[in-house]
Amino acid sequence: MYDSIIIGAGMSGLAAGIRAAYYDQKVCVLERHYTIGGLNSFYRLRGRNYDVGLHAVTNFTPPGAKKGPFARLLRQLRMKWDDFGLSPQLMSSISFPGIELQFDNNIDLLRSEVAREFPTQIDNFDRLIESLVDYDDLEQKHFETSTRERLEELLSDPLLIEMILCPIMWYGNPRERDMDWGQFCIMFRSLFLEGFARPFDGVRLILKKLVRKFRDLGGELKLRTGVSKIKVENGRAIGVVLDSGEELTGSNILSSAGAVETFKLCETNQDVHAHTTGQLSFVEAISTLDKYPRELGHDKTIVFFNDSDKFHWERPLDDYCDVRTGVVCTPNNYCYDEKDGDLPDGIMRVTALADYERWRELDKDCYQREKDKWFEQVQASATRFVPDYRPHVIDTDMFTPHTIHRFTWHENGAVYGATRKWLDGTTAIKNLFLCGTDQGFVGIIGSIVSGISMANQHLLARS
Amino acid sequence: MTPVEIRAAIIDILETIAPDEDLSNLDDAKEFRDQMELDSMDFLDIVMELRKRYRVQVPEEDYENLVSMASTVSYLEPKMADIPAE
Repeated sequence: MYDSIIIGAGMSGLAAGIRAAYYDQKVCVLERHYTIGGLNSFYRLRGRNYDVGLHAVTNFTPPGAKKGPFARLLRQLRMKWDDFGLSPQLMSSISFPGIELQFDNNIDLLRSEVAREFPTQIDNFDRLIESLVDYDDLEQKHFETSTRERLEELLSDPLLIEMILCPIMWYGNPRERDMDWGQFCIMFRSLFLEGFARPFDGVRLILKKLVRKFRDLGGELKLRTGVSKIKVENGRAIGVVLDSGEELTGSNILSSAGAVETFKLCETNQDVHAHTTGQLSFVEAISTLDKYPRELGHDKTIVFFNDSDKFHWERPLDDYCDVRTGVVCTPNNYCYDEKDGDLPDGIMRVTALADYERWRELDKDCYQREKDKWFEQVQASATRFVPDYRPHVIDTDMFTPHTIHRFTWHENGAVYGATRKWLDGTTAIKNLFLCGTDQGFVGIIGSIVSGISMANQHLLARS
Repeated sequence: MTPVEIRAAIIDILETIAPDEDLSNLDDAKEFRDQMELDSMDFLDIVMELRKRYRVQVPEEDYENLVSMASTVSYLEPKMADIPAE
């Protein structure tokens, strides 16, 4: 009998596990995959390390900062700033045809860029910053407000609205076309008022620190241990049935599998279709280069590009991918410590929108053919906005919505989860709670904070 | 535990929760939140650390007693009187 059973060994599940184990609970984290990480995992291929998910750790604040989600999670997990080994970004940009806004971890750069490119909008932009809701003040109503409507009230230049929405939607909007205002406020803060950073060793460093902490506190991590069913009796969750048929019982169950994914595990007749699953999934074309990107004249950390004045954030309607917009991530371009030097290879990662259904239906041969084709198209689109690195590519890999679904079991390969969020983490079933992407926070820091706060509210406060 | 020992125990908990805070100039009469960056999650952690370390239960309706060092110590004094100092 466990005090708490946690489904999923991603950032949120591990963080929740640490909190429960720290306060002496008997707790296990169950993970179906053979490795940890969930949506933010890592792998090794042909002798090289790859990150999945992580472009940048957002919500970056420097050592000594006491406010913000990163400082909060360090206190809550009893970890040190150095444990995350974060190096800040160099500089990023939002690139539209003929216009670019650069930004870094100090909002002053973005402000001056807005003032230069949109001189009539700078006061409006400042008003936008002032009107952002603080993390702790967010209420349900903010998640029912249209961001596009709010931005149209605040800014009078449609192009500036599209340019601001582009990076913010890319890094955390589960909804098509519009975004809820609460999520926008969270993302604006995490991207522009806090910032981007990356551990030199990638996301594996953070995950391994979390796992070590969890195990040192007595938590049990079970890999290759999928949950096939959540057992419910009289409206209460009493335990789980594993893929192996084995049963575990627990006083509380916290699931990071996603909302609809979790409801489908329950032995009840809940109408899971009443909840809309997310429709947005991605491909990513990863290239290893024989040169460092800066040697090709590319010194930006992240480039959010869009090839017209209108930003289209929607599932591709009639093709496998939509490459009109995308994100170019260059993991080399962070301010790493001198002792670390640079990464062993130059790397360019380009992410584009993709349609899960189309990718899912392909047989093996067609799948490979479409992958090869779209790899080229994604690169061709991106190199309109960054130096053409294609002659220097020495190795490649690509993930598709199918890959995301295969390793995370998230419906539709929807990286940012369902279109509505379960902010308080409760479900119709007593003792069953949600954390992670569908609870409402995204990104690495966001997921960890989600795990912490749901563990505090539901696993610890009631014990 | 004596009030002095209880105070030391609280300081130890605060150091665990907020290792970056300088607690040497803490004014016992002033509210914690006016002197330290503590949010509601951190306050809950004080309660939970008390339970973890000393098996002391602080019900939710008593949280208001934990606003300053002085009020915390006087609130905990009867609850912790029988606990031996470490």
